[in-house]
Amino acid sequence: MSFSVNTGANRIAGKGRLSPAKTVTFTFDGRRLNAMEGDTLASALLANGIHLAGRSYKYHRPRGILGSGPEEPNALMNIARDKARRQPNVRATCQEVFDGMEAHSQNTYPSLTFDVGAINDVLSPFYGAGFYYKTFMWPKAAWKKIYEPIVREAAGLGKSPDEADPDRYANRFAHCDLLVVGGGAAGIAAALAAAKSGKRIILADENPELGGWLRAETSATVDGIPAAEWAAAKQAELAAMENVTVLTRTTAFGYYSHNMVSMAERVTDHMSKPDADLPRERLWQVRANKVILATGAIERHLVFADNDRPGIMLASAARLYLNHYGVAVGRNVGVYTACDSAYEAAFDLADAGVKVVAIVDPRTDVAEALLASANERNIKVLTGHAVTGTKGRLRVKSMTVEPVNGSAKESLEIDSLLVSGGWTPSVHLFSQSRGKLKFDADSERFIPDIHVEECVSIGSCNGTDEMEAALSEAMASAKDAVGGRAATAPKVAGFGSMSGHLIGSAKGAGPDDHVKAFIDFQNDVCAKDIRLAVREGMHSIEHVKRYTTTGMASDQGKMSNLHALAIAANALGKEIPEVGLTTFRSPYTPVTFGTIVNHAKGDLFDVTRRTAIHGWAEENGAVFEDVGNWKRAWYFPKAGEDMAAAVARECRQVRESAGIFDASTLGKIEVVGPDAVKFMEMMYTNPWAKLPVGMCRYGIMCREDGFIYDDGVVGRLAEDRFHVTTTTGGAPRVLNMMEDYLQTEFPDWKVWLTSTSEQWAVIAVQGPKAREIIEPLIDGIDLSPEAMPHMAIREGRICGVPTRLMRVSFTGEAGFEINVPADYGRAVWEAVWERGAPMGMVPYGTETMHVLRAEKGFIIVGQDTDGTVTPYDAGLGWAVGKKKSDFVGIRGLTRPDIVAEGRRQLIGLKTKDPKVVLEEGAQIVADPNQPIPMKMLGFVTSSYWSSNLDRSIAMALVEGGFDRKGQTLYVPMENETIAVEVCDTAFFDAKGDRLNG
Amino acid sequence: MLLIHCPYCEEDRPELEFRGAGEAHIARPTNMADLTDEEFEKFFFIRDNEKGLVFERWRHMHGCGRFFNAARHSVSDKFIMTYKAGEPKPTITQAQIDAVKPPAKGTPANEPVWTVDANTGEKGEAK
Repeated sequence: MSFSVNTGANRIAGKGRLSPAKTVTFTFDGRRLNAMEGDTLASALLANGIHLAGRSYKYHRPRGILGSGPEEPNALMNIARDKARRQPNVRATCQEVFDGMEAHSQNTYPSLTFDVGAINDVLSPFYGAGFYYKTFMWPKAAWKKIYEPIVREAAGLGKSPDEADPDRYANRFAHCDLLVVGGGAAGIAAALAAAKSGKRIILADENPELGGWLRAETSATVDGIPAAEWAAAKQAELAAMENVTVLTRTTAFGYYSHNMVSMAERVTDHMSKPDADLPRERLWQVRANKVILATGAIERHLVFADNDRPGIMLASAARLYLNHYGVAVGRNVGVYTACDSAYEAAFDLADAGVKVVAIVDPRTDVAEALLASANERNIKVLTGHAVTGTKGRLRVKSMTVEPVNGSAKESLEIDSLLVSGGWTPSVHLFSQSRGKLKFDADSERFIPDIHVEECVSIGSCNGTDEMEAALSEAMASAKDAVGGRAATAPKVAGFGSMSGHLIGSAKGAGPDDHVKAFIDFQNDVCAKDIRLAVREGMHSIEHVKRYTTTGMASDQGKMSNLHALAIAANALGKEIPEVGLTTFRSPYTPVTFGTIVNHAKGDLFDVTRRTAIHGWAEENGAVFEDVGNWKRAWYFPKAGEDMAAAVARECRQVRESAGIFDASTLGKIEVVGPDAVKFMEMMYTNPWAKLPVGMCRYGIMCREDGFIYDDGVVGRLAEDRFHVTTTTGGAPRVLNMMEDYLQTEFPDWKVWLTSTSEQWAVIAVQGPKAREIIEPLIDGIDLSPEAMPHMAIREGRICGVPTRLMRVSFTGEAGFEINVPADYGRAVWEAVWERGAPMGMVPYGTETMHVLRAEKGFIIVGQDTDGTVTPYDAGLGWAVGKKKSDFVGIRGLTRPDIVAEGRRQLIGLKTKDPKVVLEEGAQIVADPNQPIPMKMLGFVTSSYWSSNLDRSIAMALVEGGFDRKGQTLYVPMENETIAVEVCDTAFFDAKGDRLNG
Repeated sequence: MLLIHCPYCEEDRPELEFRGAGEAHIARPTNMADLTDEEFEKFFFIRDNEKGLVFERWRHMHGCGRFFNAARHSVSDKFIMTYKAGEPKPTITQAQIDAVKPPAKGTPANEPVWTVDANTGEKGEAK
């Protein structure tokens, strides 16, 4: 057989399931290589004879491809599609190659084969466990300026992209009767058996095709056909069923309460030229009635000296590369195993023409059948032996073999070494579901014990190694999930054994304290590091883990955790279950931020609320600020004006003639019903019973503790109807609190609450000319001061549109707030503007609103109050109804701490130098010469330049503030100390003459 | 993410639609102004915060908007029941609590929940 395109010298003709007719070209560190469609990056590199895939994190040791799936700790690559699409830390064993893909090795400088950082390997005696903790302790100040930048520069895997991600990510919620996680033999069988019930089933698997380890089989059969063909046929059968959704390239990464499973589907990462309409990845959030976990098992490596050289890999991986991808991982292969399954890999490689130098097995009781099969193939099996060392810099060249109980060393030349320490059940999701594991002492592994969620584990993730038993479990789990009769399990034949294991140090990995026998490849943790951690007092596995960082890399110790645990237990002289197991956390494998964020970015990151008048403000040059979700006009600069100039002009003009302001964002709640007054009396500190219809009152709402929760003007439209306004940000929580009391404390009261925030656009017209401006536009309301005094509310029409017209002022000027249905907001605004502009009216924004209200000493809840301020503290005691027998907060206001002396009270501050504007948040002291830390009396809450007063003004919360009027206090800043005088909060028109004008 | 049964909508809905509202069955005293400091402290500040069975309030914020109560296990997060606001505090039996409590820590060699006969594929009772 000849290939038209050379996809690598290590392709074995006639092996594998990829088609030589479909090839792709990609680059690895700039080198052009060919691959077959369906190759992973790892299989493509191996086909081209490349084992060396990267440098290790700490010692910069050359590292090869170790696995064939999500467990891979070494072969982490930077994968680029184009300039903007670059992803670091992609596991080469999971990334499918596509035409045009650019792959780069990571953590290498200046190149993969020559790396400067490898000096760390020579210096490694200094880099033991806890190195950072011990070394960078002193001097303390050096950490931030010297150590941390260097450590950060030297550490880290890969480089994050420096352009915004141009891809789209999708999100889907799904519900099903049964979710099967894992599409290996057990998962397929369970899904198939359950699917016949017609119930809704989702089957998810992380690989491009179902089959799991069936893909590594050659002679094994299910239902009489080759196992991998059976998997492919069943995948097609399932996909064709209407009630079944088969999701491939989909990793279930999180198992949450009440059977909620999150899954990441990689939609386009394997495509050369993805359809622009496709999302790159899709987040699935599946709520399942039942979950069947068929997540399989992951092979472990063995812990021996220099077990990390390129060319050393898991036996299962080598078998999969041969039988699925048609790639021989070497030509002269050694095998070091404590598990039967590695023999199958050796046999398959030998049958494909690869020389198997020797199978080294520390066990002395290897099954006769395996020994006979090896003998048939002339493979030397060294039972009772161990590999105690390897040689070779960029690729393993030899292994040192010696008897487990002896010291006769022999060196054997190899170009690859397949290792197996047995299989670790993938209990990650089960554990995330809060299921309890138990330690099986015979097989030395943790297996699922008590299920907390509605789930069950089947197959090898349940410790069920025999295929026949695994499929029986599948049948039982399907019956339990969907009811009906248990189906008959498919007949199986020819599957090998998975028995035999070794965890912890193998021979030669200790108790020596300099041998590098790696446990955790990604974080460069050796057996000696675990022992050192135990010697230094870490006796819990949680401490050992954090001290050595074992299992804390992005692979979360899929291969290493049991080894680390066994070594720690051995060093502690305890049984493994006594030492404990670290907690499994989501995600099972790394998930991109894109998948998690999905649609919620850019314009869709959060809701943007715009008022009806927003467009006008935009057209008239407003600068906007964010207030909660709202965009609010901040100020309206004219050409050449900066913010200070614009605000100063707006402030002056409002007081000189008039200003127009968009107050639509105010929260509005309609409180209606026969018990509306009673309800208002309860919710607000103020009395309401005597408020006449047609009048407004400033209301304060407290919590039960007596602290201010919200405020706003409330208008009484009828005996049983109140128009309540709230702060812009407070609207939802005020309504929530009102609903809470109404529904749960006073369910019998006849009151209805309706949010009307978005129904009404609110146009504030303020200033001496306000009445004159709006008067001709109004129908049916007498605006004269006698007929409509300050704090009156009337219903009528403006420009023919229904209005609730309030004569209220947040500026201290006579003014009106015109409520009109939001749809008419802009039209009415423009009509008022056309009339007012020639009369000197100015549009003003929130900054001017803030300054004008501060000139009057009006508070803003949340700025001048902080959740510990009572109405009395804020100087608003007059708003508390003294004759009321109950309201929310009545008892809180009489607590000992609230009535005590020395509370912080809201006062005004004038700087001695009128040109100095204080910083909001600045702290206030009585004596600036006292030693640090100084006694803080309070802090500045609001501070502005007032162009109307031609000086700075500020408000502050100060201990015993009301009694300090006239006192000089100090505001110590970084470079100066500012002297201030305590004064009233009303800086402008304290008597309020202008309000009533 | 929890799945919560709204007793008004009579549907199981995802936690996203709800907002927790603290401990349930704390009635606001009708003589609020006359409470002693100790009584007010007990009413406003002191919460049981039990490990195990809790009675708590939820609001179906992004649904019907109603407040309701729930009996839940605070360790396993599992609900025993939800019921309408104003309904009396239900009596929860030990059996109901046991049904939702998490497995005890360090349970020695717990029996598997499911045992499967390898020959018949039948699920047996836990031993």
